[in-house]
Amino acid sequence: MRLLFGTLFGLAVAAIVGLGLTHYALTHGAAFGGLTIEGWTAWPKSGTTDADPYVRASIARSGRLPTALGDGVSFTVDSDDDGKTLDGRCEVVISGITPTARFWTVTLYNSDGGLVANSTSRYGFTSQEILRHSDGTFEIVVAPRANPGNWLPTGGVERYELVLRLYDTAVGVSTKAGREVPMPDVTTRSCP
Amino acid sequence: MIRWMLLILGGGLLVGIVHLATVIILPRTATQDAYARLTPIAPVNTVVALPAPTPEKAVMPFMDPAFASAVCRYDLSQGPLKLTVPVSPAYTSVSFYTRNDVAYYAINDRAAGRRVIELDLMTSAQHDQVPEDEEITAADRLIVESPTPTGLIAIRAMAPEPGLMRAAQAAIAAAKCGTAQPEPPPAAPAPPVRPRR
Repeated sequence: MRLLFGTLFGLAVAAIVGLGLTHYALTHGAAFGGLTIEGWTAWPKSGTTDADPYVRASIARSGRLPTALGDGVSFTVDSDDDGKTLDGRCEVVISGITPTARFWTVTLYNSDGGLVANSTSRYGFTSQEILRHSDGTFEIVVAPRANPGNWLPTGGVERYELVLRLYDTAVGVSTKAGREVPMPDVTTRSCP
Repeated sequence: MIRWMLLILGGGLLVGIVHLATVIILPRTATQDAYARLTPIAPVNTVVALPAPTPEKAVMPFMDPAFASAVCRYDLSQGPLKLTVPVSPAYTSVSFYTRNDVAYYAINDRAAGRRVIELDLMTSAQHDQVPEDEEITAADRLIVESPTPTGLIAIRAMAPEPGLMRAAQAAIAAAKCGTAQPEPPPAAPAPPVRPRR
């Protein structure tokens, strides 16, 4: 009798821990083959048939369609260069240059992947509409209040993530972090 | 002591099995994946334009608001599919996904190299049936093999500036996908009607 209960208890514990691990892995974006460059992370393989089971499960769970590799690569960031979580009440600056691509877009999403409502209906920038300095670098100010220049409103949400999508680019599965893939810096300038 | 070691080892194995099994099974049982979200709004083998994502409503999470997009939910059981997508002024891409939302092929306007992206989608069994000579004569025809009989084609055109959204939507609206029908024989010219005497 004791053996039976012990076995059942063990099985239950194992099932719960196993399911917990699955949940953790899928909500924290644990997957193989991630490419992290200066804080920006992409899974180029998620846009191919080589996508591993973790990537597949997390795609199915979120309900998104991954960017196919022949189309482009999407890089995500949810904390600044100092490791501080991006906060919509702060003023965050994205500055620098991007890897070579025919087009790119930067979009702000809440943690569910939805756009964030704001007074100007501005949800992101494309490479073509951005204002640049004379040396080709750009600066996007991500802040709750209006700013001159490239202002990306946060709507004051607590947490958000930025997605940089490179379209028609050489960045892909074989890319390694290095000088040929310069990612823009993400810095928190001021916090109330 | 040995009994405890065995217990921990066995428990660890069980945890691993449960974890791996759920990760692998999840994509097959997901009820809210992209394919399931698109099923109610996208009839089979037709191009359907997707509404632009807004903060209140989006068909799928993480859609790029700089794009006009459309999907063709395909079913190849009735035969191969023909897809034609006119290229928009800026950037146009066509991505192919299996029933389980795995991207297996994508092409953009520059890779296609012409004003219209034209291709045939078929299963590998259907590809085998294509007569070889026909494949050679139609060398300019792009054939894509789908690993699953059903899936999704995402057609997307970029509007690099908000003002170009109209043009992008127009390009998407003219895209077509449908089962390839054998070409009807050219209509025989009507016999000349002889005036009666």
